[in-house]
Amino acid sequence: MNWDRINEKLSILADAAKYDVSCSSSGSKRTNKGKNLGDSSGVGICHSYTEDGRCVSLLKILLTNYCIYDCLYCVSRKSNDIKRAAFKVDEVVDLTLNFYRRNYIEGLFLSSGIFKNPDFTMERLVLVAKKLRLEHKYNGYIHLKTIPGASDELMYEAGLYADRLSVNIELPTKSGLKLLAPDKDHKTMLAPMETIQKGIQIYKEEKKIIKSSPKFTPAGQSSQMIIGATNESDFDIVKTSTFLYKKYSLKRVYYSGYVPVLSDNKLPALHTPVPMVRENRLYQTDWLFRFYQFKPQEIVNHNYPNLDLEIDPKLSWALRNLEQFPIDINTADYHMILRIPGVGVRSAQKIVAARKYAFLNYEQLKKMGIALNRAKYFIICKNYYPSQDFEQNRLRNEILRFGKSKYSSHFSNQLSLF
Amino acid sequence: MIYLIYDNTFEGFLTAVYDVYELKLEKVAIRKSNLEIPQLFGETIDVVTDKNKAKRVADKLILILGKQSFQSLLKVLLSELETIEDSILNFIRYTIKTNNNVFNDFGHPAVLKIQQTLKKLSRERHRMNAFVRFKLANDGLYYAFIEPDFDVLPLISSHFKSRYADQKWLIYDLKRNKGIFYDLNNVEVVKLEENTKRGAREGLDINLNTSEIEFQKLWKCYFKSTNIASRKNIKLHLQHIPKRYWKYLIEKN
Repeated sequence: MNWDRINEKLSILADAAKYDVSCSSSGSKRTNKGKNLGDSSGVGICHSYTEDGRCVSLLKILLTNYCIYDCLYCVSRKSNDIKRAAFKVDEVVDLTLNFYRRNYIEGLFLSSGIFKNPDFTMERLVLVAKKLRLEHKYNGYIHLKTIPGASDELMYEAGLYADRLSVNIELPTKSGLKLLAPDKDHKTMLAPMETIQKGIQIYKEEKKIIKSSPKFTPAGQSSQMIIGATNESDFDIVKTSTFLYKKYSLKRVYYSGYVPVLSDNKLPALHTPVPMVRENRLYQTDWLFRFYQFKPQEIVNHNYPNLDLEIDPKLSWALRNLEQFPIDINTADYHMILRIPGVGVRSAQKIVAARKYAFLNYEQLKKMGIALNRAKYFIICKNYYPSQDFEQNRLRNEILRFGKSKYSSHFSNQLSLF
Repeated sequence: MIYLIYDNTFEGFLTAVYDVYELKLEKVAIRKSNLEIPQLFGETIDVVTDKNKAKRVADKLILILGKQSFQSLLKVLLSELETIEDSILNFIRYTIKTNNNVFNDFGHPAVLKIQQTLKKLSRERHRMNAFVRFKLANDGLYYAFIEPDFDVLPLISSHFKSRYADQKWLIYDLKRNKGIFYDLNNVEVVKLEENTKRGAREGLDINLNTSEIEFQKLWKCYFKSTNIASRKNIKLHLQHIPKRYWKYLIEKN
């Protein structure tokens, strides 16, 4: 093997792939039957973390960064003057197996620039997955990015070998897509999602009758959108993600804060900071409707189209709905316990389990790890009532005064944008 | 204070619990045999591990707690914390007294301590599943050295066995001087010769496969290239991989 050449390709094609956020390696049910390599039946594992604090779970690379498209937000766009490279199918297979055997990774996340045409590109992505599964009996995780415009047959074949498929919606609004990615259109992006969803449904039906039906995308599909590249509101973003979750039963929607890679008057200026706080607030919102039984429109709606950057969305909701508080820790439904600011899903479960033995007091909640610096204004527990009757804005200031956000350094330059 | 000294095995510990009840000891602490006990402050008794006594305690606890909670309770011993036996004994006393499965009674201090320790153990187990880095030797063996905070080898064994079923591997805990070795059929506990260990500590990799260094270089290259410099967040980075784990992480060396 020509190690230096591989090294160079890897640095180019990993660098080009890093703006894809997903690193999830969970949710599959691929067990190692017989004495083969790999098992992806457990929880996901982050094998390392880069200096930006992001998890490294999969070997995330492009097959090539040559591309016939010219999407403005993308570093690999046709008109960009950068070094180009392409892996051979066997090189990707070899890298994946050798990294996997050394316990560096959970598997492969393969995406690609589009060369020649969508089908030609997709065929090669599928070939990598097929070789890993059939020739090498590899049971590690495989995430394939599907290529918009590729044929249904290829999409279906991809689903046979991959654990997860994803189609990036790229931008939260149709108008944004038209502006920044003139070669792509909304419909072509959604079509593969529908194909994959159908495939998953058929598999589930077949499995009821024949237990050994070949697996089809067992870890489901996901998507990603860039935020902060166009002037969309958080309400626009949440509407789009809710639509994707509902219509195509996506497992995850990822939000990727726009990293300025090019100077163009249609885009935020080059020195604009990555909107990391906004991204974080969007994920918190996403969690609220996936795990905390909130409805999306409770968090953002026509009256509140943008998330508060200084406080988390659950606290923000609580402040707007003070009449629902205080909530009694010892008697309230699990549903309401989840709505208390500072109480996470695990904490809520602990509270509901522990109060069966005896009513809980403030000290016990503290020891159990509940974030009382926020929760204390919203709860009643044994021998404890919140001391003051605050009005919304005063309470907000009170909490901000005592809590120091890890993002506070970002506020000065970010808030001025709004 | 009476100190019951046991042989660091599960059965030894359960025998000690039996003795606490049998001798109706009130002011008592169960301690591992490798700890220094301040002789001035109390009497020490060496517990003689007894399978039957251990089984009687186990049966009683399984009856109240169920098998899964009981196993979790014993797992807490793998934390090797100096006084963790106190919390386990308190937990057992509370269980026997109430005759109730108190495993989720987070409001009780001993239960909370057990639950917190289980969480720490589980985090360390998960870290080892993530941070083990195999190197390929000339004879086809994939080997890795670790120095985990807790004795997690028994907890990670099945994960590696099902994942790397078609390659021989060895994971060696240098802190506790024992390892687990998979020979393509079974996993067994092994001890290395003194000079091999010294070599490992000093970072001498002998008999590496010729491609090994190249794949390490590729991995480092990947690790560097996948980072987004404009999102740098060292605090978060360190929170995820504390410095004490860097020694055996190829990408951090």
